[in-house]
Amino acid sequence: MKAIISFIAVLILAAIAYVGVDVLNMQYIFGVVIPYLAVAIFVIFMIVRILKWGSSPNPFRIPTTCGQQKSLPWIKYSKLENPSGVLGVLGRMALEVLFFRSLFRNLKTQLRDDSQLTYGEAKWLWAAGLAFHWSFLIILVRHLRFFTQQVPAAVQLVEMLDSFLQIGVPLLYMTDAVLLGAITYLFLRRIAIPQMRYLSLMNDYFPLFLIFGIALSGVLMRYFLKTDIVSVKMLTMSLVGFSPSIPQNPISVIFYIHLFLICTLFAYFPFSKLVHMAGVFMSPTRVLANTSRVKRHINPWNYPVHVHTYAEYEDDFRDKMKNAGLPVEKE
Amino acid sequence: MKLYDGGKILIGLMVFVGIATFPFYYNIGKVNAKPELKTDTPAIQAWEKQYGKKECVESKEYMRSEHMQLLNNWRDSVVRDMNRQYVSMTSGRKFNMSLQNGCLECHSNKKQFCDQCHNYMAVKPYCFDCHIQPMEKEENKS
Ligand code: HEC
Ligand code: HEC
Ligand code: HEC
Repeated sequence: MKAIISFIAVLILAAIAYVGVDVLNMQYIFGVVIPYLAVAIFVIFMIVRILKWGSSPNPFRIPTTCGQQKSLPWIKYSKLENPSGVLGVLGRMALEVLFFRSLFRNLKTQLRDDSQLTYGEAKWLWAAGLAFHWSFLIILVRHLRFFTQQVPAAVQLVEMLDSFLQIGVPLLYMTDAVLLGAITYLFLRRIAIPQMRYLSLMNDYFPLFLIFGIALSGVLMRYFLKTDIVSVKMLTMSLVGFSPSIPQNPISVIFYIHLFLICTLFAYFPFSKLVHMAGVFMSPTRVLANTSRVKRHINPWNYPVHVHTYAEYEDDFRDKMKNAGLPVEKE
Repeated sequence: MKLYDGGKILIGLMVFVGIATFPFYYNIGKVNAKPELKTDTPAIQAWEKQYGKKECVESKEYMRSEHMQLLNNWRDSVVRDMNRQYVSMTSGRKFNMSLQNGCLECHSNKKQFCDQCHNYMAVKPYCFDCHIQPMEKEENKS
């Protein structure tokens, strides 16, 4: 049900763009106003979100560790699993962000018939997640060719490698296929595994469908429905040059649908679970070095802590204590 | 509002903003040269004299968005089916399905035509690894 509503929501979004451009001819709104708004919302609210996280104190060291802590020199310690300093954290974060190391540890827990608890490998989520994120990054980088005048050599290199199988004209990008495959898996996983279905919310399905819609409209535009890409680049270049104008040659509506879905993604990003893009760099269980014992960490909330010593207590209640016949230390 | 680990967060924010706004500052100071297409080659002029107007294989709008697909179909049709004749859907005229003897016969100014768009979009069709390009004078390269 939640999945169906999310699906319909994305369909409605596509329909809005279709009607807006094809029927109501609001090219300027969909091609200029909404993209600017979406990018502004994205950048500003990402910053707001990060500052909000940054303003909550971090009183304890709570990294999740799974290796020997640094202690005595003759005990070998685990630099990455239990980092003791900046370098260890950097290494750990690099592995986490680039290769999803903690997801790699994902296990499948099962109760066998003889009621024995067993653990098994569960690498599919990791593999699909990695495929999805890397494809997405490469696709994003490739799109820079629409936003740069002399397209940087690095972008062209990525493009060349991505299309090096030279299938069809225009050349098939491998990441297009990988992204669609991976996201389909990520969706089916939520539907097919009962526990996952139980856990999944609208905000899990909606981004999946939204990104699927974006990828699908992009693939349709590149390989099937076609549009005048040179005019598209004129539009995008006018946007980044802050002299927006809709080119004379008509751009077909599939482009506006693609663009509107992307704008939705941008505007939705800072308010959704997708902020884990920034969040991963700010999770205390990942980015803190385990220095609980080496350094004194002072809780910034209420330091110095107010203490009420026994001597003070006795001062407060001395008479009452004497009346009750209790022993006192000071007369 | 107090920031904890503010220095690190600010560095992170700067990196984020730097990446997110990359296209906005990367192009500053670069000329935004739009492709300028010249369709006045001798072959096209001769065609214009004969038929009274400039025409491509299909309509201009169709060509702009679909020419890669068209070329792909031509290639398949020639190489696989030995069919070298294309009948235009727009004008009904017959064309020789060929890259160097069709498209580039009329568009013999490849540098001022095909390459204008392709450089703008940074696409490098690998076709000319094998297919012959028309000879062009270098001096009027823009
Ligand atoms: C109006 C601008 C324009 C003109 C003129 C033009 N092209 Fe293109 N061409 C493009 C664009 C844009 C692409 C890339 C589409 C993409 O990347 O999705 C392209 C792609 C191609 C491709 C596919 C290349 C690939 O790697 O995907 C071929 C082949 C091609 N053009 C041939 C030609 C030839 C031959 C001419 C000259 C007769 C020509 N084009 C003129 C805009 C143009
Ligand atoms: C009969 C000569 C002729 C042939 C053959 C021909 N073209 Fe054209 N082409 C033209 C003319 C003339 C125009 C300009 C049409 C106009 O301005 O309306 C044109 C326009 C174009 C455009 C659009 C340019 C613009 O101004 O936006 C593209 C792209 C294009 N041709 C590609 C090709 C490709 C690819 C082929 C081979 C499949 C080809 N042409 C074959 C004569 C030809
Ligand atoms: C590996 C070399 C090679 C490459 C690369 C290549 N072709 Fe060809 N092409 C050929 C050969 C060989 C023929 C057969 C020529 C014939 O039978 O007349 C041919 C034929 C064709 C034909 C029909 C005949 C003619 O005279 O043009 C078209 C159209 C064509 N190719 C388009 C393309 C396009 C478009 C590309 C780039 C996307 C391309 N080719 C890349 C080798 C190549």
